[in-house]
Amino acid sequence: MLKYTLKRLLYMVLTLFIVITITFFLIHAIPGDPLSSLARNLPAQVKENFYAKYGLNKSVPEQYVMFLKNLCHGDFGESLKFPGRGVADIIEKHAPISARLGLQAITIGVIVGIVLGIVAAFKRNRWPDHLVMFIAILGVCLPSFVLAALLQYVLSVKFELFPTAGWGTGKHTVLPTIALCFGSVATYARYMRSSVLDVINQDYILTAKSKGISNFNLIWKHVIRNAIIPAITILAPQIAGIFGGSFVIESIFAIPGLGSNLVDAVNNRDYTVIMGLTIFYCALYIVSLLMVDILYGVVDPRVRVSEEVAE
Amino acid sequence: MAKLHEELIQVNNLKKYFRISRKSVLKAVDDVSFSIKKGETLGLVGESGCGKSTCGRTVVGLYDATGGSVLYEGKDVHRLKKDEKLQFKKNAQYIFQDPYASLDPRMTIGDIIGEGMDVHQMHSNEKERTARIHELLELVGLNPEHAVRYPHELSGGQRQRVGIARALAVEPEFIVCDEPISALDVSIQAQIVNLLIELQENLDLTYLFISHDLSMVKHISNRVAVMYLGVIVELASSEELYKNALHPYTKALMSAIPVPDPDVESSRERIILPGDVPSPINPPPGCKFQGRCKYAMPICKEKTPELVDQGDGHFVACYLHNK
Repeated sequence: MLKYTLKRLLYMVLTLFIVITITFFLIHAIPGDPLSSLARNLPAQVKENFYAKYGLNKSVPEQYVMFLKNLCHGDFGESLKFPGRGVADIIEKHAPISARLGLQAITIGVIVGIVLGIVAAFKRNRWPDHLVMFIAILGVCLPSFVLAALLQYVLSVKFELFPTAGWGTGKHTVLPTIALCFGSVATYARYMRSSVLDVINQDYILTAKSKGISNFNLIWKHVIRNAIIPAITILAPQIAGIFGGSFVIESIFAIPGLGSNLVDAVNNRDYTVIMGLTIFYCALYIVSLLMVDILYGVVDPRVRVSEEVAE
Repeated sequence: MAKLHEELIQVNNLKKYFRISRKSVLKAVDDVSFSIKKGETLGLVGESGCGKSTCGRTVVGLYDATGGSVLYEGKDVHRLKKDEKLQFKKNAQYIFQDPYASLDPRMTIGDIIGEGMDVHQMHSNEKERTARIHELLELVGLNPEHAVRYPHELSGGQRQRVGIARALAVEPEFIVCDEPISALDVSIQAQIVNLLIELQENLDLTYLFISHDLSMVKHISNRVAVMYLGVIVELASSEELYKNALHPYTKALMSAIPVPDPDVESSRERIILPGDVPSPINPPPGCKFQGRCKYAMPICKEKTPELVDQGDGHFVACYLHNK
């Protein structure tokens, strides 16, 4: 197990390095620089000084090596647009906001999706099934930003139930959470439905029935415990989806999270912030992938053994 | 009274239909009657898709019957009260065909065997439960250490032994063995069948043994019923059936059993049936076999022949013999 974990850690570092490299060169390939959106008409000498200060007058490979060097010392640098604001400070200040929204969305998305999927499977081809599948198709087809605008219009503007945008109270989190988790609900409902349908046709369900087991125990101990295994597999892409969705949703609802910061940073060509946040998101995603893998081993005895064999 | 108790299971005109769509009905079991005496093994043979498994599952109440009745010690198993139903579930067990699919992959062997005991509250504490699980594992020829393993760690033969152990765990009187050996290779098949015979002698069990392996059925059964497309076409003691088959379908089946002697095998005549098994969806009236029977007469298309005793408990449903 130790060897397996070490191997995984090594792969994680390697992945991170590749992502950093690609992002770095892509960012620098975009036309324009931090000054082009900030202050177009600065005197040439001021521009020169600015470039020199941040090492932007050097060639891109040189900048890359410099960046890696700083990174190894744990230095993410500071924002180009807002001098004095360190990238680490930005993460520290804004990450909890994004984390709250993301966790709320993924928790609600997974739980509601799983419950809907189970209900649909047990009521298949009857109205609850059709309703759930309608929601699921809607959720897959409807982009989160469209849903966000609809929610703002109906629930905030028309009925004035929730604030349109901003951050502060729990009420502020309701609409963005719904907009963010709707896709997960849809995916999970569809996935869980087919997974449950697959399990209830298995022989071991008949075996359990022939033992005289109660209906509740049959569904809980045999159906759900087995049907949940494939659902765990899609947890990782769902987490990625929530990350991606949060960039847009945070911008729409004017939430001061990391996502909207990253979007702003890209617009401003704020190289250091872009790089810092990319590394942060990437690391977070890799760690959550690892956690899903570990969870999978805990849940499915068949995976546990194949790992032991692989050692 | 003694005679009544002699027959453990009585199946009367049992029907099990599955609705495929608004118009079509699949008649998996269509008017089947037989009885099984206490301590007896009744073999049920027929080709795949003829309704053997459905019949077995309906007999132990895993499926609801569409029509007819299954009497267990005189009580209709599909019309039991809740506590009677639980008791029946304990008395009648089922061994499944596929030892890979019939064990929950997320449970340890110990829990698979112990779950039935938990449901029927057959032990007073954890220690007793473990002891009983170990006893059962040894009874079917496995080690007590297997209790902590998962199904995927065992071979097919070992899994089938677990399937037997978990059926025995609730101390049943009657077991439906649904092709318990067809998923195993030949050397293991004999072990499992001999285990079943041994258990029957020691525990006084009654079996309904479903199989398409005719020689295996002959080995284990006292009497054999031959099914074709949801109906029983012939029923006799296994000696009688194998020596003196009456129904044209049974004759064809018997001729398909290979003889372990190359000289006999090369010279003997096999009856090859023309055509395929017709679909059990919306079957036409009359004898189900008439389309493939070389002796078919006009009456065969009009009315379904009944099972009639030809003497000595040899029943056959065929107009050639029911004059």
